[in-house]
Order: sequence, then structure tokens, then C-alpha cells
Amino acid sequence: MTSWEPVIGLEIHVQLKTRTKMFCRCETSFGLEPNVRTCPVCLSHPGALPVPNAQAIEWTIKFGLAVGCKVAGRALFARKNYFYQDLPKGYQISQFEAPLCVGGHLVVPGPEGASEIRINRAHLEEDAAKTIHVGGVEGRIVGAEHSLVDFNRGGTPLMEIVSEPDIHSAEEAKRFLQLLRQTVVELGISDAEMEKGTLRCDANISVRPAGSSELRTRCELKNMNSFNFIGRGIDAEIARQIELYESGGEVRQETYDFDAASGTLTAHRSKEEAQDYRYFPEPDLVPYEPEPELVERLRAELPEPPSARLARLAPVLGYETALSLVAGGLDDLYERLAGEGADAKAAANVLMNEFTAAGVDPSAVNPSELAKVIAQRSNIQRAAFSEAIAASGTDGFAAADFVSQSSISDTSELEPLIDRILEANPGQVEQFRGGKEGLLGFFVGQVMKESGGKANAKVVSELVRAKLSA
Amino acid sequence: MASLGAIDTLRLTAEEAMGLLERGEVSAEELHGAYLDAIAGRDGEIHAYLKLVEECRSTGVPIAIKDVITTEGIETTAGSKILAGYVPVFDSTVAAKLKQAGLPALGKTNMDEFAMGSSTENSGYGPTRNPWDLERVPGGSSGGSAAAVAGGMAPWALGSDTGGSIKQPASLCGLVGLRPTYGTVSRYGIIAFASSLDQVGPITKTVRDCALLYRVIAGRDPLDSTTVELPSPVKLPSSADLKGMRIGLPKEMNEAEGISPGVKAETERAIALCRELGAEVEECSLPLSIEYGLACYYLIAPAEASSNLARFDGVRYGHRAKDSRTLIEMYERTRDEGFGDEPKRRIMIGTYALSAGYYDAFYGQAQKVRTIIAREHAALFERFDLIVSPTSPTVAFKLGEKTHDPLAMYASDVLTIPPNMAGLPGLSIPCGLSEGLPVGLQLTGPQFSENVLFQAAHALEQALEFDFVPARLKESA
Repeated sequence: MTSWEPVIGLEIHVQLKTRTKMFCRCETSFGLEPNVRTCPVCLSHPGALPVPNAQAIEWTIKFGLAVGCKVAGRALFARKNYFYQDLPKGYQISQFEAPLCVGGHLVVPGPEGASEIRINRAHLEEDAAKTIHVGGVEGRIVGAEHSLVDFNRGGTPLMEIVSEPDIHSAEEAKRFLQLLRQTVVELGISDAEMEKGTLRCDANISVRPAGSSELRTRCELKNMNSFNFIGRGIDAEIARQIELYESGGEVRQETYDFDAASGTLTAHRSKEEAQDYRYFPEPDLVPYEPEPELVERLRAELPEPPSARLARLAPVLGYETALSLVAGGLDDLYERLAGEGADAKAAANVLMNEFTAAGVDPSAVNPSELAKVIAQRSNIQRAAFSEAIAASGTDGFAAADFVSQSSISDTSELEPLIDRILEANPGQVEQFRGGKEGLLGFFVGQVMKESGGKANAKVVSELVRAKLSA
Repeated sequence: MASLGAIDTLRLTAEEAMGLLERGEVSAEELHGAYLDAIAGRDGEIHAYLKLVEECRSTGVPIAIKDVITTEGIETTAGSKILAGYVPVFDSTVAAKLKQAGLPALGKTNMDEFAMGSSTENSGYGPTRNPWDLERVPGGSSGGSAAAVAGGMAPWALGSDTGGSIKQPASLCGLVGLRPTYGTVSRYGIIAFASSLDQVGPITKTVRDCALLYRVIAGRDPLDSTTVELPSPVKLPSSADLKGMRIGLPKEMNEAEGISPGVKAETERAIALCRELGAEVEECSLPLSIEYGLACYYLIAPAEASSNLARFDGVRYGHRAKDSRTLIEMYERTRDEGFGDEPKRRIMIGTYALSAGYYDAFYGQAQKVRTIIAREHAALFERFDLIVSPTSPTVAFKLGEKTHDPLAMYASDVLTIPPNMAGLPGLSIPCGLSEGLPVGLQLTGPQFSENVLFQAAHALEQALEFDFVPARLKESA
């Protein structure tokens, strides 16, 4: 039986969080009442003209630089022509020839090592408006009596990122997308939340016999609005195509929607009837030639990309843990703790399990003091440890305060307590002395209970043993 | 104070009207009223206006505005049924500049639908007639603006020019018309026909009026990314000669097929006058521009138009077909009912030229040819300050004469289109009469040479002594 290799390319749309829209100065918005953020430009009144948003252009260049793209010397906007009620000009201003950024890549670490996914391009365009279908089932167009259009979203800047077909599994697609999302979020250019639609992903999928380098007919998968659905949708499409080939069929180029509830794919429209978008250079805008100084300034502003940090941490901590730290913005603190000699696994666990919940700003933490707390973890009681974590971002935070305070190791303080417990349990003392040494834990537990958990268990245990063997 | 009867709107220039206002001999309201009276008297037969502004809203010389120019609160249709009843919520930049300059609007003038045409017969609201001869067209697409000025129904007007829509009607109506350098006048609020070619400009009785109005509307606009700052301020021309001026006569433009003998004779007379005024006149050549200009234009302009006109879909404003059952049906019926034949023709041509598999052969190729046209012109302007030719191959033609032959209609722009493709400024001035109808002379210069064009045209104008009042109206007056 043939084994099959999936070939996947992703097309990702990221809504940029600029203050104003891409081609007019209406404020961008989310969740407002309909049509309150509109003007003649984004409603496409006759004669209105676009003026590009410089911030959106800079951010797209910045993203491009972050993933190693080449920035165009002369970028062009283009018109993508098609009719739809959410596209008021009858064309979308996008980029076709000469996009802002071309030819980058992301190194994506995974359980079986890292893979390099090439990025074909990153370009800018404007978002469409939103259609609300009234009278149908669940807002769908089928059976709707009429449709209403809300232009608040229309004209919001969208960055489109197109990958090369370098992805070979649903899992890898998810990891690529997660890393891309993290990159965008860290650059501060988008919230990139799939649930809110500020990050959207379409996948082009084909399969081929493993070992072959051919590219077979691909299908497009659209409207997947969570990472989970993307994984399931891609797997479903791969399975569909393999089944087709194995039963002697052929894959036809089509677009599918993945319905997460039923786990099924529904065909959209046949590519044969697909639109001819009649792209041509947008005559209302002049070519954009980024100043070299601007590009260099943006390059200098770039933080270390998450892919590099992930690649460094994944071999030590495993991919999932490394990704959690990076996505949680905790990997820098982790590395500083490790630099102070903290145990890798312990430090990662503390950060992931305790730190986020405590709401501490990782950049405010003195790592050498926190490293001491983590090293002494077994000697610190739960409550005190939590206090230490919560206080780790404050001025003057010192490990010593929590390590000493937290356990009573002072013999003079512990001895009367131990004596009281031994006196109260003569039967158990008898049994211990008779050889039932397992009762040591019972005595230590009683002392701990009596001290309100503050006694140092190790010291108590030594004292009990000494007293009973006397 | 002069009585209103003393205002001869047929003869009064805008500059003279300014003088009357400055000296307090007439009020802005009286002046505005005098033109409204002239409109009431004459526009019934000429039909230059689509909409009048009855109230004088400012203190300066009133102006007629082509209906392609968006005016806040005043119905703006671009001559199309699809925009019937559309009242803009914003002013175009040029309309705002007119207000800042204190020029009150007289009304909106008729035009070929979406500026597509050379006779104003393509208007969705009926044709405009030439004040020189009511059986003839005023030219187009700014025919309403030209007829308003020639007919004494506006002292000056704004038109728009894509392939010759200012220069050609100015020529056919015996007026001065400037198509400015592309990028010097904002297109914000100009209902787009072909974005890379559209440019607003003045239609006036004199060259000085033309310079005065250009001064009002020119300049960079942050709302139009394709505009630039003028390299030097607009100067009012005063020269009386052409000494030191080097003038080229492209032979392909002056000997083009279809130039009528009368037009040729009047043009030659004007050229002889250029020599007498001290200019060095020499023949030159623009072989590729004239051979391919028209064909190139009829790919690029319709391509852009097919996209620009997509927004008229019945969803947000303008005409919407009633009782459609689906979105597609609504689009199809709205556009079928709303657009006239010429926009439909050009939408089809343009859609075809941009289609997959045809783009390279048509639109892509036309863009390359356009670059060649620009280079060919630029090379000439290393030797010449300006080039001269007839504006239109013929004088005003009769209504209906070309409406059934689109190619013949397109050919009337054969001389105005090539410099437009190169983004160059062009000025048409009247240089004589043939068959009792005005003949226009086209002066073209390099980019931003408007001041040179004004100087040269002003000197010629003084020497030519053309009377811009239509003979027919002089007799009736």
C-alpha cells in the first residue's frame, strides 16, 4: 500500500491593530453598533480616494523583517476586482505584483526536530465589511429574507501572509501558525485572535505518494476559526484525498468549508467557476518606495524572534513546554533563572504553574533571588512558597525572607512540641520502640499539624528519631 | 451702481466681473442673479445645466461646475441615471477650494455620462446644444460647462479632461480650456472615469481667466496621493509677444487624416502669427504617439473605468432596481437600468482588456506603449518649449452625426489624447472660424509648464483678436 505525504500551504490574514483604517482615517473598532465607523472613503462614495495608512505599511515591513523577508524597493498596490455586497468599491485594494515583503521563512521546532517553512510573501490589503443575513437559519444566507451590511470593519488593515507548500502534517501546520501568531503578537501589531477573527487561516492541501516531489491538484480549506479546527479540518481533507486516490478517483480543485460540529467538509464553489479578479495596479495610489533608513530603523527595533527562542528551549524542555513559556512571555525569565543555576524543569514548572496565576510582571523579577526560592522549594511550605512567588516582582524581594521564615528549624522551639505529641500517644511510642519504625511518619505528621505546617519536616524527623531511640 | 441690465453676461470676462465686484459696481448676488436670468432666457434651448443653485452663497464671481465634481448637498449625477437623486455628503477638494476662494456655484453642468464621450450626447439627461449653432454639439464630455460659458450663462466653469474633455469642447465653443498637468489638481471628489488620466481644469473666455481659475484649484492635496506641489506659483500672463519661444509642429498632428481644410487653414494662420510674434517655429515628429495613442487610450481608460464603475451596484446609493430576488439579479438589473450604452460598452471593453489571458496582450501592452508615448514627448521638449496643433480635427459637428458610429466619435479626440497619455498640460485657445464655427489651437508643453502655456496663449490671443461671443447671439442680442 502506498504511503501518502500531505503537502500544505497556508494563507493567513492578520488584522493589524492600527488606530485607523487602511485607506481612510475612520477609527478601527470591534463590537460597536453597525455603521458608526464609516466615511465616504470606506463606504466608497463616488469620487472618494484612498490614502494609505503609514503605520500599517511600517508594521508589515517590520513583520517581513522579523521573518527574514526582503522588503520591496518599490511596492505596488493593486485592485482585485469582484462584486459582493461587503466590498463597496467592487474591488479590494490589495497587492499583487511587487508586494511589500517577499521570500522569508520561519524555523518551526517540533517533537522530531525543527523544520523550515518558507514564506512566499507578506502584503497589505483592506478587510471587507460584514454581512448579516436576516431571516435564515443561524445567520446563514440560505433561506435568509434579506441581508444587512455593517461597514465598521470594512477597510481595516489586513496583512496577508502566504507560506510555500512546505508543511507536511496538520500538526506542523498548527505549530507554524502558532509560531507565526506569537511573532505577530510580540511585534505588537495585532491581537491575532482566531475567535475574534483578527487571525484567519486558509489551507491549500494536496497529497502525494511519499518520496515523490510532484505537486498534485490541491483543494482549499476555508473558514477555520480555531487552532483545533485547523488541525481537524486538515486531517479530514487529507483523509478524503487519500481515500479518493486509493479508490481510483481523482481530486478536483475545489474549496471546502470545515464544519467543526459534524467534522465534515462541504464544497464551496468549483474553481472552474472561480472569479477572474482582473488585478491591475491601483491608479489612485503611487508606488510605495520605503526609505532605506526606515527599513534599517525597523530592523534595529526587532526583538529576538520567538522562533529562535523556541528553537533554543525546545531541546531542553520539550516543544510543548517551550511553546507555553514563549507564548506566555515567560521564556526570558526562564532563561535568566537557568542562568542563575536553577533546575530547568523546576524553573519551567514554577513559571508555568504558579507564576502566571500570580500575575507578576516577569520583567520586574530579580532572577537570582527567585532562583534561590526555587532551589529551596522542598524546604518551603506551600503557603510561604506562594507568597514568595507573589512577592517576586516587588522591590527588595529576597529569598532569605521566605526560606528562613517559612520553616521552624529551631530545636528549642520544636522540642516541647515533640514532647507533647509523644506524651499524648504512648501506644504508638510503644509500638515504635518495638520495631515498627514506619510510625515515624505518623509522629512527624502530628508535629507538622500542631505547628500549623510551619515546622521543618526534616528537622522534626531527626528530633523524633533521636528522642525515641534515647 | 450699474443697473443689472448693464451686465452683458455674453461678453463679461471673469476678470472684468471681479473688477465690478471690487469696485462695488455690482454685488455678488446681482452678478449671480444676472447669470441666472441668462440661464432662464437661454438654457431652455441649450440645456447646459442639470441643476441650478438659486441662492448666491458667496461673495465672488459665480461659476458653473461640471456634474462629475462632487458638491456637498447639491445633487451630483455625472450625467448618469444611475446616480439620479444622489446628493453627496462631502465636497470634492476643488469644490471646497472654490468655496474658500469665495466663488459661488451657479449650478451643475451637463456632460456625457461618466465623462465618456465627445459630444455630450451620451448624457442620461439629454444632449446639450452648441450656443454657436443649436443644430450642433458643444463637444464633450464637458459640453455643458463649455456651452454655459459660451452662451453667457456662466463667466467661467470647471470641466474635467480624461482624453480631451476640456480641450475639445473649449475648441468647439470658441473658448479657452486648460487640461492641467496630471497631479496638479486634486481628483478627490471627482467621480472617477479613468483615474490615471482624469484631471479637472478651467473653461474660460480668456487666457487670463484661465490662469486665475487654475490658481484657485491647483496644488497638492493630502486626500489625493497622486497630487504634487506646483513647482512655481501660477503667474497671470501679460506678454504680448513670443520672442525666444521655440515652438514645434508635430507633422503627424498637423497633417493627420480627418483634419478639415477649414481647421487646417485657421491653424496655419495662427502658426504664421506665432512666427510674426517672434517665435522660432519648426516642424517635428511624434510618430508613435499619434499612431498608437488612440488605441492605447481605448484600452487603459476603459480598463480603469470598468473597475471605477463597479461601485455603482445599488447597495449604498443611487439607483437600485426594484424587486430583485437575488444579489446578482439586483446588480445586473440595477446596472442595466442605470447605465447608458457608452458606459456599458466601455465596461465590457475594459473588463476584457484586464481578463486573465488577455491582460498582457492588451492592458499590459498599452501601459508599455504609454511609457513610449511619454518618452517621445519628453524628447521633443528638450528642443521645444511647446508644440502646437489643431485641438479637434473638425469644427462642431451636428447632433446625431456620430452617435451611431462610436469609432468616428472616438476619432474626434485623436489629437488631444496623446499628450494626455503622457500626463502633459494642454491649452486650447480659439484661433478663428471655419464655416462660422470656432476652430481651436492646442498648445502642449512639458509637465508643469502651465505658466509658459499661459504666456504664449495670451500673446497669441491678443494678436488673434478672436471674439468669443457666438455670432448667432450677437445678432439676437
